[in-house]
Amino acid sequence: MTAPTRRRGRALGLLVLRRLAFAVPVLLLVSFALFVLAKASPFDPVERYFGARIIGASPERVAQIRANWGVDEPVVGQYLAWLRHAVAGDFGDSLSLRQPVAQVIGERLGWSVLLAATGFALALLLGLVLGTAAAWRQGGRLDRTITTVAYALEAAPVFWLGLAALYVFALELRWLPGGGLTDPGAAVDVGQVARHLALPVAVLAISHAPWYVLFVRQGLLESFTSDHVVGARSRGLPDHLVVSGHALRTSLLPFLSLLGARLPELITGALLVETVFSWPGIARATVDAALNVDFALLGALTVLATAVVLLGNLLADVLYAAADPRVGLDG
Amino acid sequence: MVDAPVWRPVPRSRLAAASPRRSPRWRLVPAAVVLGVFVTAALVVPLLVDLNQQHVDLPSANRPPSVTHPFGTDELGRDVLLRCVYALRVSLAVGLVAALISAVVGTAVGALAGTVGGWLDRLSMRLVDAVASVPHLLLGIVIVAIMRPSLTAVVVSIGLTHWLTSARIVRSEILALRERPFVDAAIVGGSSRARILVRHLLPNIAPQVLLATTLMVPHAVWHETALSFLGLGLPPHAASIGNMINDAQRSLLTGGWWMSLAPGAVLIAATLAVSGLSGVWRDRLNPRRRSELSW
Repeated sequence: MTAPTRRRGRALGLLVLRRLAFAVPVLLLVSFALFVLAKASPFDPVERYFGARIIGASPERVAQIRANWGVDEPVVGQYLAWLRHAVAGDFGDSLSLRQPVAQVIGERLGWSVLLAATGFALALLLGLVLGTAAAWRQGGRLDRTITTVAYALEAAPVFWLGLAALYVFALELRWLPGGGLTDPGAAVDVGQVARHLALPVAVLAISHAPWYVLFVRQGLLESFTSDHVVGARSRGLPDHLVVSGHALRTSLLPFLSLLGARLPELITGALLVETVFSWPGIARATVDAALNVDFALLGALTVLATAVVLLGNLLADVLYAAADPRVGLDG
Repeated sequence: MVDAPVWRPVPRSRLAAASPRRSPRWRLVPAAVVLGVFVTAALVVPLLVDLNQQHVDLPSANRPPSVTHPFGTDELGRDVLLRCVYALRVSLAVGLVAALISAVVGTAVGALAGTVGGWLDRLSMRLVDAVASVPHLLLGIVIVAIMRPSLTAVVVSIGLTHWLTSARIVRSEILALRERPFVDAAIVGGSSRARILVRHLLPNIAPQVLLATTLMVPHAVWHETALSFLGLGLPPHAASIGNMINDAQRSLLTGGWWMSLAPGAVLIAATLAVSGLSGVWRDRLNPRRRSELSW
């Protein structure tokens, strides 16, 4: 290992540390803000817990629960108590589902991650292939078709695309099941899940891909005029080698760092697609939590999503810096 | 014979590569027409047509598109086209107000960060980064949950989650303008910081802020639509694009495809028209950056 490589490695490590040092206060800030908002809302969790039964409940019992839950203590004290438990993995109980929040999320998160990750991978693939194809035939019919469709798809709400796909492929053509994780009563196995996953993943990928398509196309078009690509072409290399070996390699570098920035959109898209296809992920729980003012669950979900986004950004930055030695690491 | 690739790696001249092609004006025509028709319809139709969009007509429910009902009727026999017009009116109003709120909040934060500078600048930019890490829709859902689903809740939730873009733009524009001689002249002339901000900085960044706000409108409409679709938006009886798509979900299972087609198509057309127009506008403002929307 040469000295510059080692120095670079250390700088990369410092970058990771710096970004983690930024992530912790952000998560604290987000969770505290949510906590304050929840406290400021006119909803009382104890009244919520009793519901209509609060009329018949003895005042002692209500007071007992108020004391147990500590709802009348100062916000900061409650927040610190919540934080102490949250760090240990205990996010309290969900009021709407009457289960521990960690259990509610744990049961559903895997399915959401499966959907989002597959959709993300497929969207990337589509973006690379179609973006390159469009740039290759710049100004041609293929390019015009791809860009027009990409703009139209970018303007279409993902749940509307989902409904269209549901109608065409599940209801009319009956090629694929229209919702759920398995057929009614069927065991959860790979074949069942894959068949039920196909439509949601396709919709998520298609709604997520246009941005990548346009970005790859634009990046390639710009790199076609850069010196090393012109040089490679003038040396008589075949076009496909110039595109894959020279143009794509440089134009994809900024792409890497922007992947992280697309994560919030991916999470949002997955949430809506899950709703359309009744996918057993966290979307249903999120909406129920919002309708039932279930702040324990809603807050945990928001903090979790924020953590995922921060982690994704960190990962994208590290990948970018590792792939391109010219990137400065002090920013 | 295999077609030769169309791209030309070597520009005719360096200048040709640097100066973007002016978007031909005729490309603006469809966008302007679509937007004009939509806005006119949303403003005028409710005044002209003496029909209640809530008018329930059960005998003619679930009719596919026909001459009397170009977009068909919904499960209560209401005309989908008429409801679309009202929905567009509501969605546009929500989008406009929410975009304005986000512009005001963003400009305030950005101007404060840009003019005061120092720790306040660093703090507010970290705040912007922090808010940007929370997925917008989730944050919007939290705000709606606290305020309970209503028109106000939707507008506030969109306004409070979308100010980041304008804050960043305002701050960076102000930082760039501060280096310009006319600002130095104003400082030497004894103008106060507030006066420089109001008289010299803000008027110069107004076009950029307006552009960002215009681009925010379709985004805000999308947001409203998503919230309403999840059942967390406007009250169910109100005609909004999201509510219409949400209602149409049930009818889809019985074959009523037209009920979701129309609101979706209207939304797509409106969004494309706005982004097409503002893409050209951005090219004018910022001729060195090639528009993403250069079609």
